[in-house]
Amino acid sequence: MSNLAINPTTDQRVQSREGYWHHLRYIMAENPLTGISFGLFFGLIAVAIFGPYLVPFDPVATGVGPALQPPGVNHWFGTDHLGRDVFSRVVVATRLDLLISVSAVALSFVFGSIIGCFAGYFGGWTDRISGRLMDTIMAFPLFVLAMGIVAAAGNSIENIVYATAIINLPFYARMARAEVSIRRNAGFVQAARLSGNSELRVLFGHIFPNTLPPMMVQISLNMGWAILNAAGLSFIGLGVQPPMPEWGILVAEGANFIISGEWWLVVFPGLALMLAVFTFNLIGDGLRDLVDPQRRT
Amino acid sequence: MSLGVKSKRVLTRLLQAIPTVFGILVVCFILTRALPGDPAAYFAGDMADEASIEQVRENLGLDQPMPMQFVTYVGDLLQGDLGVAISTGQTVTQELAKRLPASLELTLGALLLALTIAVPLGVLAATRPNSWVDHLCRFLVTAGVSLPTFFTGLALLYVFYYLLGWAPPPMGRLDMMFLPPESITGFYTIDSLIAGDWALFKASLAQMALPLITLALFTLAPIARMTRAAMLQTLASDYVRTARAAGLSRRRVLVTYAFRNALLPVITTLGMVFSFVLGANVLVEKVFAWPGIGSFAVEALVVSDYAAVQGFVLSMALLFVALNLLIDVTYTLIDPRVGEDS
Repeated sequence: MSNLAINPTTDQRVQSREGYWHHLRYIMAENPLTGISFGLFFGLIAVAIFGPYLVPFDPVATGVGPALQPPGVNHWFGTDHLGRDVFSRVVVATRLDLLISVSAVALSFVFGSIIGCFAGYFGGWTDRISGRLMDTIMAFPLFVLAMGIVAAAGNSIENIVYATAIINLPFYARMARAEVSIRRNAGFVQAARLSGNSELRVLFGHIFPNTLPPMMVQISLNMGWAILNAAGLSFIGLGVQPPMPEWGILVAEGANFIISGEWWLVVFPGLALMLAVFTFNLIGDGLRDLVDPQRRT
Repeated sequence: MSLGVKSKRVLTRLLQAIPTVFGILVVCFILTRALPGDPAAYFAGDMADEASIEQVRENLGLDQPMPMQFVTYVGDLLQGDLGVAISTGQTVTQELAKRLPASLELTLGALLLALTIAVPLGVLAATRPNSWVDHLCRFLVTAGVSLPTFFTGLALLYVFYYLLGWAPPPMGRLDMMFLPPESITGFYTIDSLIAGDWALFKASLAQMALPLITLALFTLAPIARMTRAAMLQTLASDYVRTARAAGLSRRRVLVTYAFRNALLPVITTLGMVFSFVLGANVLVEKVFAWPGIGSFAVEALVVSDYAAVQGFVLSMALLFVALNLLIDVTYTLIDPRVGEDS
């Protein structure tokens, strides 16, 4: 008897899982860029993890080659004015850039979700105060606010992470608030409440998991922006200190040489930066197709 | 009657800016007080002893409770007092006022250029899906979102200055050969036109071309994307179908019915676009050594000149609020739904 009762549900589950894979395959086939972007993503992660062990030269060692050598067989991306290998520096920088943006986005995701969940679920004063707070952050041009925060709190990588997290906070808080407030009185929520769950348990155990799909899209679209912001801050000389390799600072160092024609110092870190941002944007679009077929463009 | 409704809305919108400005003031105040270490010791200088630090603390009112300090801070601001920029020895207000026209000329010029390209591009892309215009639009949008502004700027410099030699060197607003025009608006291009000096106009435009294009490339991406999406949505709507079925000309359907309605969401997103532009402006000014408030702030950051940086953040935020207000007022004035139903 019990077997019979279980079978239909497992069947259904298998079916829905198959449907999901089918949908995934359909999306991949329709837009091959999404498949490519996932490949690029895993490539980036691999470079971030293993890059420092694989590079041919020490990224901070000066004089491993002649200074200002154009790209060639020995130095794939050329060398800079101190004779450092640009390829090694660009590869090693991946870890730091991803680390900064991942920690910043993780922080704003966690705190933004908590703020947004409370605001959307309880409404009233919680909503009004958090709404005002987020509006105040959004009242600044965001990059300028990040500059101000880093300038005030001190020039360190840690503060770059906090500043990037703060300027991203409103996006997550607003999204979580909207997603929670439309489900606040949904059937399954009332059922959960009726069966004696505490308010917090209903909120974080039953409603919050439902907000995750759109939040994931937001995260990956946001990652690219976070990388750009962090690189922009270090481009103007905040956070990362030379000789530590980071894409923004590599471009800044190369900027002095562009008017005398040494293009490789700027182009390669710039391309790496662009590739990373591009990857996360593509993944975001792909995930959105997966999660929300109606908004597909 | 309809004017009454509209002016009432504009007034409400102006009043709504007050809490925003208050929030900005609070954040800026917190930022000035969050300086690493003791602000009194910082302002007293390196050579100060205990007594003179106490003296400075008293002078700056830092021994007062926080709310009192905030009142003093706002009072100083109302008198235009943002402190003294250590790097130049002049007041921050003077420094910012001197450089603001350069930044405004660049930012507003880029916005204008971006709008004149992005809006027609978005409309064309939406009316001809999957044509080459659509692909061009998609390409520009993707590139604009993924390319760091400072990288675009440097790449353009390399191509147009180093390789082709078309652009002048990135040395500020005007070549050394020229004297700046008499200041009327503070915008070199407009002032030189008012003075009727064509050579000067050309020179200032040549200096501005690359930074302008860099900033506009970055700016037009979100605008084109939004225009295309909004246009697609209005073109699929029932009223456009009705207008078509009624036999109105294609031009009339597109311009009067579709485009006017599609413009509203575009204007709303302009607020976000301003936020990006004002941020990107700092990077572009640094790349092209453009003497605006952004490069002033970057120089101040390098020498830890806090008063200058805080003044910069505050003035950028106020500029952003002003631009947003302008947009919202425009929105109210052109919204066809306001004024007809009451």
